[in-house]
Amino acid sequence: MSLLQIREVSKRFGGLAALTDVSYSVEKGEILGLIGPNGAGKTTLFNVVNGFYPPTKGEVLFRGKRISHLQPYQVCKLGVGRTFQVVRPLQRMTVLDNVIASAFLRAKDKAGAERIALDALQFTDLYDDRSLVSKGLPLGKRKKLEIARAFATQPEMLLLDESFAGLNPFEQNELIDIIRKVKAKGITIMIIEHHMKVIMSLSDRVVVLSYGEKIAEGTPKEIGNNPLVIEAYLGEAESA
Amino acid sequence: MKKFVPPIILAVLCLLPLVGLSSYVMHILVLVIMWSIIGMGWNLLGGYCGQVSFGHAAFFGMGAYSSGLLYHHLGISAWWGLLASIPVLTITSLVIGFICLRLRGAYFALATLALGEVLRVTSENLVKFTQGDLGILIKQRTWVEKTWYFYVILLLAAGSFFIIKKVMESKLGYYFVAIREDQDAANSLGINTTLYKTIALCLSGVLTGIAGAFYMNYMGYIDPTTVFPLYDISIVTVMVVMVGGVATYWGPVIGALIMVFLAEVIRSMPGIGAAHMTLFGILLIFIIIFLPNGIVGDFRKMIGLFKPRGALK
Repeated sequence: MSLLQIREVSKRFGGLAALTDVSYSVEKGEILGLIGPNGAGKTTLFNVVNGFYPPTKGEVLFRGKRISHLQPYQVCKLGVGRTFQVVRPLQRMTVLDNVIASAFLRAKDKAGAERIALDALQFTDLYDDRSLVSKGLPLGKRKKLEIARAFATQPEMLLLDESFAGLNPFEQNELIDIIRKVKAKGITIMIIEHHMKVIMSLSDRVVVLSYGEKIAEGTPKEIGNNPLVIEAYLGEAESA
Repeated sequence: MKKFVPPIILAVLCLLPLVGLSSYVMHILVLVIMWSIIGMGWNLLGGYCGQVSFGHAAFFGMGAYSSGLLYHHLGISAWWGLLASIPVLTITSLVIGFICLRLRGAYFALATLALGEVLRVTSENLVKFTQGDLGILIKQRTWVEKTWYFYVILLLAAGSFFIIKKVMESKLGYYFVAIREDQDAANSLGINTTLYKTIALCLSGVLTGIAGAFYMNYMGYIDPTTVFPLYDISIVTVMVVMVGGVATYWGPVIGALIMVFLAEVIRSMPGIGAAHMTLFGILLIFIIIFLPNGIVGDFRKMIGLFKPRGALK
């Protein structure tokens, strides 16, 4: 059975159909790339999976259990962590405290939470910055902090929302390494990304959304040659 | 070193009454300590958990009235109110939380402001139960001297300080701050924001209510306009914490010290005594512009403000 199943999910905001009958599955241990032009509904889909929005129609199953209509904190407890497109560190806390706050989910006491948090920081190369206040961190490190926080909830699955946006090539490579390490731990990843280089090198499979509908699904190579996908992207380029 | 500061301050305060201070000075000290407790209660909810309340008079008044009504209707000592206010305030906080905590930011603040007023008007009009504007009078106060009141409130304050410190160092504390910084992010990191906001509100309400119950015993008289007022309690509570330092352990204490002394000094000045609220308002504007984190939070910055310009090099 697939780890995450998205079944005919639709989401409407008033008259706007942000998602229409989207169905696909994410298998355990894989990295699934979710791509599509701006406004295609990628983040909306994350918000539905994560529990911020209930779907208008359809359902989301995680390990066979229905998680649509649960609250985000319940979804997180079941093992789905997420990061945000606009990074949202707990600004006035130090890097370590940020991660401790999320590590408490699986820890009995503060010492336990701190252990999990320090592990997560080492994992994401933030260990040396642990006592800095997160407000002043450069973007690259804030993106890593987002991943560290989600990682500290010890998820089975991670939803990464544009973790690479705004990073320089060096930082991108660092983050690719981190994500590969996360995968090596057996954590399933669904990632939204605009950098084709990143998506093509990281993903095992790719799902393409356009105007709220799934237009393609397959290996990165298949996607790269799919005429529908090319049209969706070139169409956008022409009108720009 | 820092660990020893609270016990040392506590010891000094314990010895203070032995010096033989005048009854007036003792009264001021009792008020300062009482306001620190209210400030600590507010700070837990507003400072650490980020849910700014403009209606803490609701909790203060409920505490005072739960103490006063026990005495008035059942004839038992109003000191039982200190204990009785714990369940009363927990239930009140749960009800208030259920109504208000689904609101965010300014809307939460407005809802709590309204609740404080609702309770004031209610207590004015439930004449049979609360005596309305007649108020409740304790015919014989426990002690004539202030000394014992001082020790009681000091004990309560020390207890509150200790509890808040323990809470803030635990999982609860981390969750409160996480909620303050970003509710949605906290939610998606597995924090049940509604539950933990409610816990913060209950703790905050109980602490404030206990201060209210003490007030009943100490002053011996309450009426709706002295324990449920918007300006003299709700707004001053916010000011105590803002002036002292939001989300700091000592902020409410320093804030209470400054606000109570300032109120006394201004009130005793002929001519402008009646304008103390105006002066408080000006002080608040000054604090928000120059010391947004309060005196404790912006201590270094404040020192810098008073240094001559050249010295900053």
